[in-house]
Amino acid sequence: MEMERREFLKKTAKAVALAAIAGGTGLYFHNRVRDTYLPVITKPHTFPVPLDRQFPQVVLAKHTDPTIALQYALDAVGGIKRFIYPGERVTIKPNIGWDRTPEQAANTNPILVAEMVRLCLQAGASEVIVTDVSCNDPRRAFMRSGIGEAARQAGAKVVLPAKEDFIKVNMEGELLTVWPVLKHFIYTDRLINMPIVKQHSLSQCTIGMKNFYGILGGRRNKLHQRIDQSIVDLAGFCRPTLTVIDATRVLVSGGPQGGSLDNVEMENSVICSTDQVASDSRSVEFLGLRGEQVGHIALAAKAGLGQLDYRAAGYREIIV
Amino acid sequence: MTITTVKNLRRVSQVVFFLVFFWLILKTTFPVDFSSASQNEITIPYPVSIALEFDPLVAVAVLLTSGTIYKGLLWSLVILIPTIFIGRFFCGWVCPLGSLNQWISEIPSERRGRKGAGKIKSNRYHKFQRIKYYILIFFLGAALTGVLQVGLLDPLSLLARSVGTVILPMLHVAADATLGWFKAIGFPPVMNLAQKVYDMFAWLFLTYRQVHYHAVITIGLFFVIILILNRLFTRFWCRAICPLGALLGICSRFAIFGLKKNESACDGCNACLLNCQGGDNPAIGDPWRQAECHLCLNCQASCPTGALKFTFFPNQKVTQTNPAGTPKVDITRRKAVASVVGGIAMAALYRTGDAFAVNSNPYLIRPPGSQPEHDFLARCIRCGQCMRVCPNNALHPTLLEAGLEGLWSPILIPRIGYCEPTCTLCGQVCPTGAIREMSVKDKVGSTDIPPNRIGTAFIDRGRCLPWAMATPCIVCEEWCPTSPKAIYLREEKVYNRKGSVVVVKRPYVDPELCTGCGACEFACPVVDKRAIYVTSVGETRSQDNQILLERKKG
Repeated sequence: MEMERREFLKKTAKAVALAAIAGGTGLYFHNRVRDTYLPVITKPHTFPVPLDRQFPQVVLAKHTDPTIALQYALDAVGGIKRFIYPGERVTIKPNIGWDRTPEQAANTNPILVAEMVRLCLQAGASEVIVTDVSCNDPRRAFMRSGIGEAARQAGAKVVLPAKEDFIKVNMEGELLTVWPVLKHFIYTDRLINMPIVKQHSLSQCTIGMKNFYGILGGRRNKLHQRIDQSIVDLAGFCRPTLTVIDATRVLVSGGPQGGSLDNVEMENSVICSTDQVASDSRSVEFLGLRGEQVGHIALAAKAGLGQLDYRAAGYREIIV
Repeated sequence: MTITTVKNLRRVSQVVFFLVFFWLILKTTFPVDFSSASQNEITIPYPVSIALEFDPLVAVAVLLTSGTIYKGLLWSLVILIPTIFIGRFFCGWVCPLGSLNQWISEIPSERRGRKGAGKIKSNRYHKFQRIKYYILIFFLGAALTGVLQVGLLDPLSLLARSVGTVILPMLHVAADATLGWFKAIGFPPVMNLAQKVYDMFAWLFLTYRQVHYHAVITIGLFFVIILILNRLFTRFWCRAICPLGALLGICSRFAIFGLKKNESACDGCNACLLNCQGGDNPAIGDPWRQAECHLCLNCQASCPTGALKFTFFPNQKVTQTNPAGTPKVDITRRKAVASVVGGIAMAALYRTGDAFAVNSNPYLIRPPGSQPEHDFLARCIRCGQCMRVCPNNALHPTLLEAGLEGLWSPILIPRIGYCEPTCTLCGQVCPTGAIREMSVKDKVGSTDIPPNRIGTAFIDRGRCLPWAMATPCIVCEEWCPTSPKAIYLREEKVYNRKGSVVVVKRPYVDPELCTGCGACEFACPVVDKRAIYVTSVGETRSQDNQILLERKKG
């Protein structure tokens, strides 16, 4: 059979090309390691402002109006302008863990969160994000806690955590190494921790440092096996610009989820602090405890994350 | 108005009703509205189950099994009464499954039986079209005995179930995978565009989280088979199987509206048969069958000589009915009786089994507010609305957990999702009252009324960390939502492997307080097989399925 040279070349070239593609693809993908499991961030991101001896590190203000209490406490630690500079992106982390209403005191007081959003925006923040990785369905928790609506009205961007918003982070802790963390707690300029004071059966209290469980995704329930160390690892990784503790209502029993108003005591207090160990140590007194009695607070102080003796850190109490 | 206009109106009507039905299913979901005035009662702002309430088959069958016409089911008269006068307009103009079947049937085919003479032949009346009447009678016979099975084949329940538990979750998987491919390209403009398209799609069709349902393979295959059958016969489902179509066909027996055939004008072109959807013999020569006609009007619209005309009081005994004088619905009395007996026999067979009377499945946890099992099965039409609306993906279609009788009825699987104590959405959307509508107060209880319980939690001491492994945990207690908590802790000294003392808090369940919500089982860190689990004992709906001699109030 006769074959023209041109046709011979054409057919051969096509076959060779296909063979080359097949071979090349095979070699390119051979033993390829996908980096899905490698952490994106390996160094802790910390957000604190420099220590200023002129201000006390822990200030408690008491007033029946939470916004007034917040204003006094915040002014005493240096005012919002000490913490937020114009153009900065701010993430506020309230406790929005549970499907509970504000009166039940399982989540941070929405009035305080809204006020904090307003203050940040007044100080010139370019964007204020309010988010938390809830335990219950986040839609319900954000809705029924009242925080979703209050923060949105105050001008914040309220973010319901979505699966794709988590990034793998190496926290370089003793216990906590690579965990998924909600990106809004990493990619931001300022982090404000806004916990509420609650009793907890294992860690004894859920206040500031324990609140950072809520930055984590994954099956964080297994952290309870070594709860104190895991909280300290988190606190070492997550150093907020400012901690604002809601002690307007305190959940003294049935925590961390509560449910009955019998578990709630009115304290009308707000604490602003630049030392998250000291402020936890002060707040735990609302639960009838002292800092050194609480495993993770004592351990955090030992790890050098802050002072167990809040008075030594500089403490002021303002009863308006 | 010309006949073509009317036909186009019918097409518009089909699209509109299909979209409304689809939209209602999309809206059968937790409404995230932060500005909601009330934080306590979260309600769905639309009557999302209304499409199912217009279903006469559901109304009739549930009336037979339960003795009542629940809430909105009275709406079904809006379909039933006009049908008595004009025939099966519902099938041709309204039914979303019928429309879907029609659209799939209309896709051109190269097969010989689906075009030209082959199609004309296949569109003549076939004896298999009787089957639907016997299916209907069979189901109604079962309903007489208290066993409700119509939901398996009722077109509206079937479509709601298939779209809600299969199609929409499948779209979610497919959309995520597609987005993943585009993101893998690693070229920012493409990634951003893909993300924008995805966000739009998600806003339209996807739920907040990907849901995963039990037993969906069976629902999905069933649905796909129904759709594929359209490629063999136009609207095979509607012609041969649909029990709602059969019911409406029977109701159209005394219709005063129908097809008038003018024999002398006909030139035998068979254009009417080529386009017939119901298989009701519109052509001259065969008796027209009112009970099969969907009133699509294709025959009149395609007739080039004007020999066919829909009119009131056609008064043409000869062409309208079977010349032999048999009833309009092509069934025999003997087979109808046999079908009733068959239905009763099936019901009796189901109830002779041990499925719920004497050997009920301990893991058959029904949604909160469910009726006692007997009444529940007498009302549940397996529309899947409760599963679709459940914000925690807790409710699933059963396979055989409730016996064959309970196929595709809802079961709560706490491992996948627990029952949110203040959520009452499933009761809000249930069209038949199988799940009672409750207020949050009814569900959570108060000092005067006990909470609604769906089961009781038990601890597997062989798997529980503080019980079996000398390791602290308490996660179940942390998640327990009752006040006071049904799970309580006792500090105990245990020995670890090295022989040293470890103080752990061991959980106990107080059955007086436990509501069976399953939050503990959901949160338990022993992920594969939980160290705390819920079984149905203690459920409010049952008088027999109880442990305690008596329970304290509240």
